[in-house]
Amino acid sequence: MLTFIIRRLFLAIPTLLVISLIIFLLLELAPGDPMAQVPLTVPPEVKEKMRLALGLGEPLHIRYIKWVWQFFVVEPSVLIDWLTRESALFGWLPDTTLYDGQLRVLSWQTRSPVMDIVVQRLPQTMWVVGMGYLFGVMIALPIGIYSAYRQYSIFDQVGTFISMVGFSVPTFFTGVLLIVIFSVELGWFPSIYDTTLVVNSWDSFMMQVRQMVMPVTVLALFNAAQISRFMRSSMLDNLTQDYVRTARAKGLSERAVVLGHVLRNSMIPVVTVIALGVPQVFGGAIITEQVFKVNGLGQLLIGAIEANDLPMVQTLTFIFALLIVVFNLIADVLYGIIDPRIRYD
Amino acid sequence: MKFKALMLGAVASFAFAPAAFAQRGADGHVNVIYWQAPSILNPYLSGGTKDLEASSLIIEPLGRYDQTGALVPYLATEIPTVANGGVSADLKTITWKLKPGLLWADGTPLTSADVVFTAEYCMHPEGGCAQAAKFEGVDKVEAIDPTTVKVTFKEAKPNPYGPFMGAQAPIIQKAQFAECLGAKAPECTTANFGPIGTGPFKVTEFRPNDVISLEANPNFRDPAKPAFATMTLKGGGDAAAAGRSVLETGEFDLAWNLQLAPDVLANMAKGGKGEARSGFGSLVERIMVNQYSADPSLPEGERSTAKHPHPFLSDVNVRKALSLAIDRPLLVEVGYGQAGRPTCDLVPAPAIYVSGRTECQTQDLAAANKLLDDAGYVRGADGVRAKGDVRLKILFQTSTNAVRQDFQALIKQWWEEIGFEVELRNVSASVFFGGDPGSPDTFQKFYADVQMYANNFDGTDPEAYMAAQTCDKIPRPESQWQGENIARICIPEYDALVAELGKTGDINARAEIVKKLNNMITNDSHMIIPLVDRGRVTGVAKTLGGFTLNTWDSELWNAADWYRIK
Amino acid sequence: MTDAAASSPPRSQWHDIWVQFKSHRGALVGAVVFLAIVITVFLGPLVWTADPTFVNIRARNKPPSFEYPFGTDQLGRDMLARMMAGGRVSISVGLTAMSLAITLGSTVGLLAGYFRSLDWPLMRLTEIFQSLPLLPLLLVMVTLFREPLAASFGPERGTFILIVGAIGVTSWMATARIVRGSVLALKEREFVLAARSIGTDDFKMILRHILPNVVSPIMVSATLGIAAAIITESALSFLGLGFPPDFPTWGRLLYDAVDYMQQYPARVIWPGVAISLTVLSVNYLGDGLRDALDPRIRGR
Repeated sequence: MLTFIIRRLFLAIPTLLVISLIIFLLLELAPGDPMAQVPLTVPPEVKEKMRLALGLGEPLHIRYIKWVWQFFVVEPSVLIDWLTRESALFGWLPDTTLYDGQLRVLSWQTRSPVMDIVVQRLPQTMWVVGMGYLFGVMIALPIGIYSAYRQYSIFDQVGTFISMVGFSVPTFFTGVLLIVIFSVELGWFPSIYDTTLVVNSWDSFMMQVRQMVMPVTVLALFNAAQISRFMRSSMLDNLTQDYVRTARAKGLSERAVVLGHVLRNSMIPVVTVIALGVPQVFGGAIITEQVFKVNGLGQLLIGAIEANDLPMVQTLTFIFALLIVVFNLIADVLYGIIDPRIRYD
Repeated sequence: MKFKALMLGAVASFAFAPAAFAQRGADGHVNVIYWQAPSILNPYLSGGTKDLEASSLIIEPLGRYDQTGALVPYLATEIPTVANGGVSADLKTITWKLKPGLLWADGTPLTSADVVFTAEYCMHPEGGCAQAAKFEGVDKVEAIDPTTVKVTFKEAKPNPYGPFMGAQAPIIQKAQFAECLGAKAPECTTANFGPIGTGPFKVTEFRPNDVISLEANPNFRDPAKPAFATMTLKGGGDAAAAGRSVLETGEFDLAWNLQLAPDVLANMAKGGKGEARSGFGSLVERIMVNQYSADPSLPEGERSTAKHPHPFLSDVNVRKALSLAIDRPLLVEVGYGQAGRPTCDLVPAPAIYVSGRTECQTQDLAAANKLLDDAGYVRGADGVRAKGDVRLKILFQTSTNAVRQDFQALIKQWWEEIGFEVELRNVSASVFFGGDPGSPDTFQKFYADVQMYANNFDGTDPEAYMAAQTCDKIPRPESQWQGENIARICIPEYDALVAELGKTGDINARAEIVKKLNNMITNDSHMIIPLVDRGRVTGVAKTLGGFTLNTWDSELWNAADWYRIK
Repeated sequence: MTDAAASSPPRSQWHDIWVQFKSHRGALVGAVVFLAIVITVFLGPLVWTADPTFVNIRARNKPPSFEYPFGTDQLGRDMLARMMAGGRVSISVGLTAMSLAITLGSTVGLLAGYFRSLDWPLMRLTEIFQSLPLLPLLLVMVTLFREPLAASFGPERGTFILIVGAIGVTSWMATARIVRGSVLALKEREFVLAARSIGTDDFKMILRHILPNVVSPIMVSATLGIAAAIITESALSFLGLGFPPDFPTWGRLLYDAVDYMQQYPARVIWPGVAISLTVLSVNYLGDGLRDALDPRIRGR
């Protein structure tokens, strides 16, 4: 298993380089111009000069190589410097000065390093989208298991109904509906997420909880709907297998049969779905973040796409690609743990 | 919420202040929401309105336009004119006098050297300055003495208020930006995110594309202002959410640019927490009529170019029929309500430039039909008119936006009633308004027969705006499809008149020329079909006092005068 | 085991499946509701002949009445006609795009899971597709394919093909990963070994033994896929990729109505209910089909 992981990680490097090149070419090919948001009152000659100042005058391959250099060499050196200087984890190491003032990956919208903004956006995305996902998984698994175990019971029917409605009604609608009910009519929760809130007391913690309730609910409902369906169907498949009859015949308790044998064997599709979803957590929930003004990574990406801020889109997309590759590998490793018969050599 | 706690605290601590707005910082906290989030606070590196307006809280120009479009001095003692000797008789120089004793937020004095530096910063050839047009034609900028600056133009400049006037051209601090000239501009992130200014507020934290935290500038020139100690400018979301947060939940005090359907806005205002105010500037929603053929069967590179005049839209009677078929008052009622007025002019303001023609405001389907009949276009079996092989089939495109799609549906129906066949298309705004020469969907390429969008002009002088419609500014493949003459208008008399405008200094004579130019391309030839004079709508909380809606400058132009109504 | 039914000659397999399906109450209700929706949106316009794009400016924002059973929208267009026209597009796009994505995803997943030599290249391909940013990808597809498709299939069918293609090509990856995961586990099971030992070739093995055992995750992906496709279609119209702007679809009707939610709640309810009902009925249909297709359950 270890050699498998090492080999896959090693092979991931060329894969990622290819992915980064494909993303770069795709963004190049996509119609759009960083000047789209500049008012029409700015004359075309000025816009042309602004484009040149963004580096758009340079040929394609130079720009790609520059980005690769900045992302794989300059940015990590900034990160390592920061880790050894300020972070709690590695602060004891001697301070490094790898970063020598070369240009970092700069956003065209803000003219500032992309990674600084990403770091700034991470907390709210992790809090809101991460929690939404975590709750979603935590609700989905028991619902899926019990729905399958008591197939066509009232519980199952209600669960099916809620999860299908939860999935088929889009978040741009449920989000606004919650705001209208709970912010406008009842005034319980704020409709706009305050990203500058610092949690340092009970009151500010409660404030944070209140502003997270609605976005987390919307996301949890959506995620739970999807995952519980896969959990249920996979459990159903396994509950009728011969080994279940054997286990029961052996006199194992119902609990041990269902949670021990059936659940373990049903996890493969569920693990896949959960692992597929984690990179999307980092990608942020574009619509939910917009509706509740969470301004996390999803909002950053969509804003950058609308403004045709190519360095930002390229960097964000590539970070997501990195996570996708890593989590696919994690899923593969988990398959081997769940079902030792699976081998990849 | 955090700001409520802050507000209560501030109110409590200043409860014994005699007059609420007589003391700086006495009114606590104010919340502003922009549904487009500011990305940078240096207006010279970004032309975006959101960035200009946010930065106007911090950095200021020598003079601004007020809500009537009149010029008011800010950092200058007075607005230089020919009458007071500030502008030379040959219109080639303008001399600004700074107010005495001005301080930057960091306590250092502001001098004419900072003003000279600002011009140097924006005019640097490698800087890609977004406001370079403001410094167009400037020969040199010199400091006569620490409080006097003289701008010399290469040629006579009838409107010398380009440099250092309005939200687009504020003064930046030389000490802070000295190392940021030209290609180095983007490396100065700290300066671009937190410029030191002379405005009522200074930045405490800037989160790009998210939120700006500000506090009162301790060195602001009026010791009693601003009344608010701190401000939060939140960005993101959409217009409906911004409107809701001011008008319905009362979480915010000011919401910028509430472009919403009138009945939605009216319903929100029933929340009672605030009101929607509107003001009018020079923004006109219009239909551009393509003078060239965009037929998809033409070879690439020849569509929408002079090689192929439009088969029927080059006929003035057909264009006039299109204009006659539109019920402009109804469009306003459906799409803009109090924030729109029907118009027949490309220049809807200032009043001195307005032609005042209103005959287009009455829909006349019968007259439109008659025009087409007389021009020889007869209805076929399917109700669509044709003359020979020429069928009146048009492709009508615009950017994606709820109001524009409603307009498209309405106009399509009217045009079908007079015998056109209309196909609609909408394009995402980031593609439509982007100038990517590789995309077929930009408004410059205009691969359609008619298209609708809005445009305005900076400040109060429409010269550059009118000059954009001359023959040499037609977008074409040789110019990488760049150019502002989107409708492809090419009238020699128009071009001659534009040249004359550039030489005329007298304001009344200029106004006469602008009216003539306006009518040549709208009311007389219908190459541009103006629809709606669009105002700006701002949601203002009932407890926010002192806000004056200004459409000629930054909307936050008088933030120093805001106060809390208790 | 899996093909136990096939080995009992007297009754046909399809008959068994039908018997089982009939006895599944949820499946029958699902089928009836789904058929009713399909019939309404496809044949309804023959009965209710109002033009969905006709603007009647004097009848704006009307509540439901005899003249307008579902009311009218902000331009006075008949909501019933718009719902039916929108349903035709949404259901066609939803079903076709879902089928495309499921076919692509299952094929890639089956091949990658079964053939070890294909696993690496196919899964890297899947990763590349997962990594591509959706919006720019769609924009590129419009730029490249809209005019050629419109030229060879006509504007309307060209748009339809483009939309279905765009949704299908960007949404098969999850199915592929899920199917592959299940196949990896399945092919180590005893019955596969047994089948192989009697000389079953790969093609038959996949079709007879592997595929029937991964039907249920595929079914779940399919039902969820319809809902996702209907919503994605509405997102495409904002890129200028979708149908002309005056052309209604359920997703767009819902999106346009969100701003009016407080004043005219009916306008969000109609499309919202229609989408949910379609997805629910397809879900029950899928449940019944899966039970009917599974010989282990069928016997019970």
